[in-house]
Amino acid sequence: MNFNSELLKDLVKVYGPSSKENLIRQFIIEEIKEFVDDIVIDPLGNLIAHIKGDGKKIMISSHMDQIGMMVTDIDEEGFLRFTNIGGISPYNIISQRVIFENGTIGVISHEPMKDMSKIKLENMYIDLGVFSKKEAEEKVKVGDICIYHSQFNENDNVIFAPYLDDRVGCFIAIETIKKLKSPTNDLYFVFSVQEEVGLRGAKTAAYSIDPDIGIALDVTSNGDTPKAKRFAISLNKGAAIKVKDNSIICHPLIKETLVDLAKKNKIPYQMEVLEFGGTDVGAIHINKEGVPSGAISIPTRYIHSVIEMASKNDIYNCIILLNEFLMNKF
Amino acid sequence: MLLKKLTEASGVSGNEKEVRELIISEIKDHVDSIKVDRIGNIIAYKKGVNNSKTLMIAAHMDEVGLLIKDIDSSGLLKFIPVGGIDKRILVSKPVLIGKDKVPGVIGAKPIHLQKKSEWTKALEIDDLYIDIGATSKEDAEKYVKVGDYVCFYSQYTEFGDNLVKAKALDNRVGCSILIDLIKKVNDINFYGVFTVMEEVGLIGAGPAAYEVNPDISIVLEGTLCYDIPKLDSHLVPTYLGMGPAISLIDRTTIFDATLREKIIDISKKNNIPCQYRKTSMGGNDSGKIHTNRKGSLTTTISVPCRYIHSPTSVMSLEDYNNTYKLVNAVLLEFKKGEL
Amino acid sequence: MESKKFLELLCNSNGVSGYEDNLKNIIIDNFKTYCDDIEVDKLGNIIGLKKGASAENNPKIMLAAHMDEIGLMVKDIEENGFLRFTNIGGIDPRTILGQEVIVHGKKDLFGVIGSKPPHLQDEEERDKAITIEDMIIDVGFPKDKLEKFISVGDTITINRRLLNLKNDRMAGKALDDRAGIVSLLECLKELHKTNHEPDVYVVATVQEEVGMAGAFTSSYKINPDIGIAVDVGFGTTPELNNSNSIELGKGAGITLGGNIHPTLREKLICIANEYNISHQLEITPGATGTDARAMQITREGIPSLVISIPLRYMHTSVEVVDIVDIKNTGKLLAFFINAISNENLEGLLCY
Repeated sequence: MNFNSELLKDLVKVYGPSSKENLIRQFIIEEIKEFVDDIVIDPLGNLIAHIKGDGKKIMISSHMDQIGMMVTDIDEEGFLRFTNIGGISPYNIISQRVIFENGTIGVISHEPMKDMSKIKLENMYIDLGVFSKKEAEEKVKVGDICIYHSQFNENDNVIFAPYLDDRVGCFIAIETIKKLKSPTNDLYFVFSVQEEVGLRGAKTAAYSIDPDIGIALDVTSNGDTPKAKRFAISLNKGAAIKVKDNSIICHPLIKETLVDLAKKNKIPYQMEVLEFGGTDVGAIHINKEGVPSGAISIPTRYIHSVIEMASKNDIYNCIILLNEFLMNKF
Repeated sequence: MLLKKLTEASGVSGNEKEVRELIISEIKDHVDSIKVDRIGNIIAYKKGVNNSKTLMIAAHMDEVGLLIKDIDSSGLLKFIPVGGIDKRILVSKPVLIGKDKVPGVIGAKPIHLQKKSEWTKALEIDDLYIDIGATSKEDAEKYVKVGDYVCFYSQYTEFGDNLVKAKALDNRVGCSILIDLIKKVNDINFYGVFTVMEEVGLIGAGPAAYEVNPDISIVLEGTLCYDIPKLDSHLVPTYLGMGPAISLIDRTTIFDATLREKIIDISKKNNIPCQYRKTSMGGNDSGKIHTNRKGSLTTTISVPCRYIHSPTSVMSLEDYNNTYKLVNAVLLEFKKGEL
Repeated sequence: MESKKFLELLCNSNGVSGYEDNLKNIIIDNFKTYCDDIEVDKLGNIIGLKKGASAENNPKIMLAAHMDEIGLMVKDIEENGFLRFTNIGGIDPRTILGQEVIVHGKKDLFGVIGSKPPHLQDEEERDKAITIEDMIIDVGFPKDKLEKFISVGDTITINRRLLNLKNDRMAGKALDDRAGIVSLLECLKELHKTNHEPDVYVVATVQEEVGMAGAFTSSYKINPDIGIAVDVGFGTTPELNNSNSIELGKGAGITLGGNIHPTLREKLICIANEYNISHQLEITPGATGTDARAMQITREGIPSLVISIPLRYMHTSVEVVDIVDIKNTGKLLAFFINAISNENLEGLLCY
């Protein structure tokens, strides 16, 4: 297994919260431009890379946006109040570092709480280490969005990093683009925007591409940690083939094709029946006259926390499975 | 098949007629005497070689169910439970009502129109009613009346690894084994007794025991089985597939230890798997039998049944066969005078 | 096929949202007798076309009834072979305790949803609603045997055959909205006797119960002038009143509210009155929980109507309907369609 840790390390570091995806988009363009036939950026900011082929028109979607926090107020002492961009839990961000687009670092803390279980984002603030409103405003303004600032680590088994959701999906897409040789199908790789706030990028990208088949690459949860809610997905047990989540019931044909390909090529896989959440194909499958769709998911622990964890084997297996799927004759 | 006929017959406590007639027709040619006593028990006697002791084998014929108590103006039927029924098991089940077995379904307010606070509560019996498709009270009264008994509509189904799903496995399984014994065992003296109204307070067993006046009694039952995963083993009353369950204690009886150990020995000697019934909850006819007249020894041998008292009870055919074998082996020891 | 028979065939088949394929042949076989053309689209919607009288530029009317049903799905397999499951669509967990089920794996397996014996329950437990997490499905096989047939992601339905009650009433699962499918057939039969001007698209939609995916995509494809969702409405039972329910046996419910095109709805009521077709009124202020919600916001917007067949005990395995209402619904649809022409369409769609 040749695992390109350096690329993944770079991907999770690049700034790109929902609606501010410029930097990550530019980064990905640099990575893929020599491997694709055509690159389009649509009005919402989706990056659409086309690799021409004769078969079915397949849209492969991984979202490049991240969850984050938007500044809503700066007080006299220079403390920032904020709202969430996407699914941010108060418990996950207590005492964590954040970073703004311009590199400004802050730390999140909270007002004294009698009952910590009642804490809400409105009880929390970002401390930039400044002593006045004026000083704060020189670094940050209301409406700016910050993201988690935490480290990338790895061992032989896993990656520990923020924002595997969904930069690991982007990683799989990029690695696949680089590997593909004379594709059987007509491929549209979409690095979508604003997934975290409601699958918005995928919706418009699907409309303009009008694909025959949709497939999403995104993280999924796990059920293998102590007393985890029951969920038949474990780290390092293979690529997850989605059956359903709250946004889609995957088309049986796509699901079965993925299972058959995994079996045939001896790629470890597991079936994902997710009882919450959604991903880009939720929007793609109801595009226009309907698009048979499915998803390959990367089992990931601690999603939306500052350190997410995924297995290198799983990621590798997802790449192999995606490659087989894209080379399949439909 | 006998167990199919028995479980699909309707015999809610106090209304055992259909089951009683079925049993009588099955056994009448295989017994030396048979009678229905004054409260509806069947008391059959089989003659064999002389034995100084009187042995009674008992199984209750009744099952839990419902009883119609009112018909409302829109033609829906209100009911009360007969015997120990988890009220939560009732909603959305088909049922059969009265002698004519009028089909109906148990309905309740749809969840969409319930308040959120209602979602977390179990539906009360008062929230439920039976819908037979009647358009008014007058229309309903053409088909059913207050006082009609209601049983679950559930067909005998074999599935999985030699398992059976049916209603009323508690205790048609006991009846079925007793009928099999009556048909197949010869040369042994014993009373076969089918009792009424066990589920509503062990009503039939006392008078039957008074009449038979046994020295030793074997009660055949379908008993609790709750072997779901990750339950501590001391909380599992019985396991499915591990053989007949021998009772230790329940709410009505502390089972005689000497008799119990003899039965365990018999099972070992004959290589028949068996297990203890480990819970002290529940009770059965033994309670009335062992305290009758001068008192006597009783044992209870049961087939484990999952989801008991529901329309979808489950048992293992292997357990059934092993229970039959064990009781048969016990009878042979009795014949030798060693019980 | 006779309607009662058709309903029975439909309800005794299974098709949980996303897995409606089993119903395809039954529906196509029955629709095609009366349709000029029939096709299955990419998501599995069945679209029948019954052409109107004149050759070209007929008004297009789409009738949608959903063929999917709520159900369950395997989410994990325990070491000893018990199945853990989740719901597809809105299910009240209380209504599935103690039910028989069929698990649709490589082969259909019978099972039961286990319950704890009352003898082992404490008082507090008895008063609490049971949750899906607390239930298991027992198919009676050990895990190693089981995994040959069943995998995570397989769908599960309640094992229930349609039951005949008194007075042409029927009880069963999936009457929501297979009853609607039958009323589409009734409508086709009626239309067959007439010379209607509009092209009529009868659509058996997929995935209504999980977000109307089928209605979104089929109405995009057809792009009709008028969309009519034929679904079920809450049938009156003692704890409901006439303001939130419609009575069994008294005809289709005609929905009023924001999801409904007001002048078309008035026309529908006029037709019902004119031809003496029994009907009732039903009120939903905002988006209805039907395919009409999807149709209304498709493309540049589609004027929509909702017709509801009264149904008791919605989303359980003992839903009850009256065949009379299904027939009336079909008739009402047909008379309405007959009253629509190019001549009056524009006027009717005016606000």
